[in-house]
Amino acid sequence: MKLPAPPLPRFLRPAPPRPGTKPGRDGGPNGEPSKPGVKDQAAEAGIQVVGWLDERSGASPFLRAMLYRKIPRGTNWFYTLGTATLFTFISQAVTGVFLAFYYEPDPSRAYTSASHITNDVFLGELVRGMHKWGATVMIILVFLHMGWNFVSGAYKYPRELTWVIGVVLLVLTLMMGLTGYLLPFDQRSFWATVVAVNLNSSGPVIGPYLADFLRAGAEFGPTTISRFYALHMLAIPGLIAALIGAHLYLVIRLGTSAPPWLKAEKKELLKEEI
Amino acid sequence: MANPPKNKPRKSRYTKERGTPGAFEGETVTRRRFMTGGALAVGGVASAAFGLPALGFALGPLFEKTTPTVWQDVGAEDEFNPSTYVPRVISIVPEIGEPGKTTIYVRKFDPTRDNPRNKDQPYVAISNRCAHLGCPVRYIQASEKFICPCHGGIYNFDGKVAGGPPVRPLDRFYTRVRSGRVEVGGRFSLNSQLERFKPRDPSNHLDGLWKYLYPSRPTT
Repeated sequence: MKLPAPPLPRFLRPAPPRPGTKPGRDGGPNGEPSKPGVKDQAAEAGIQVVGWLDERSGASPFLRAMLYRKIPRGTNWFYTLGTATLFTFISQAVTGVFLAFYYEPDPSRAYTSASHITNDVFLGELVRGMHKWGATVMIILVFLHMGWNFVSGAYKYPRELTWVIGVVLLVLTLMMGLTGYLLPFDQRSFWATVVAVNLNSSGPVIGPYLADFLRAGAEFGPTTISRFYALHMLAIPGLIAALIGAHLYLVIRLGTSAPPWLKAEKKELLKEEI
Repeated sequence: MANPPKNKPRKSRYTKERGTPGAFEGETVTRRRFMTGGALAVGGVASAAFGLPALGFALGPLFEKTTPTVWQDVGAEDEFNPSTYVPRVISIVPEIGEPGKTTIYVRKFDPTRDNPRNKDQPYVAISNRCAHLGCPVRYIQASEKFICPCHGGIYNFDGKVAGGPPVRPLDRFYTRVRSGRVEVGGRFSLNSQLERFKPRDPSNHLDGLWKYLYPSRPTT
């Protein structure tokens, strides 16, 4: 796919030659252009670095196709919900990594270390709060994102696979909520997780085994909390990150859908979108 | 879809007869195809070599008994009577301290009132784990009922379901008397006829055909 070069903002466009000047007039005696001075080179440094990277990675056609892709007429603020969800995931990942610096996934230390984060660590209350409330915001945004794509019919051909991956991401996000809820290890999180694990056990035949898997045995034991911790910070986020990659690839490849109240005016427009 | 033509000549199974360049006499699989299959097989073996042990490692606790039965002293015989429950705290997972403790309600077995099925147990030691989803139930002496705070499960004096969502009576613990002291052992589950089963999770039915859908596990 070949797209036109992106329109540069006015202040980045090269100034047209003044009327009456000729190329090479201000250069050497034989009409060659003048050598760039230190100042010129410094001004070009950023472009040089980007050019060096681009020449070796070939990123610019990809980035141009991604950042300057066409979007349908009628695109509105609901189309930003996916990006907002992505942002909350990144925020959760960053705050989660830093919380892991202080948190100890051990039944006798978990509650103490969590209250240590809140009460003693510099800005600990803020970072833990961001992770806690960010989790709720992420769930809300996921549902709003899904709701908009449902009511606008964005799941229809050819975007069914994007929807299916999104549903898997929804389940994984809820699993993040479940596994993360145990980690503060206070009365509320302990008993809520007891109920959640027993809910898993209520499934016929495999339910009791699933509950044993989550608890690492028949009872909440010494490794239950480290099991939840490993699922919460390694297994599920890894899967989510990989599936977000696939989700975004499909969004960029297929483009976003027009809102349902807009009719295509010409067939050519549709072709160009694809 | 149209049916494929019936008299289309079948391709020979020998690569030489199919006209594959560089084929040997009597060869049925090209070297390229063999190498592709071999590379895939080696990759599969290599993945299974780390994948299967890792999976077994994660699933291991499903197949080993993690809670050995320990008999715990809960008091002298004269501390308990047949008409009311006395709360006691026992440790079901000693390794983790406070979170591994649980409350049980103990009374003496009453031959005039209790189901004779369990008359080999000198004491009735009822677990406070609700058979709905595992919240802690509380015994209310005034109504002789166990009440669950989470979803409104109610149990009679002998632990049978009186109302609410629970699917079976409250679990009990084995009891015995050693030199005048009451001791409490492993947990067991009961169905609505107070027949004994190996311990199940809350929410697992034990009546009728339901019990085949909720098997006991190696861990219990």
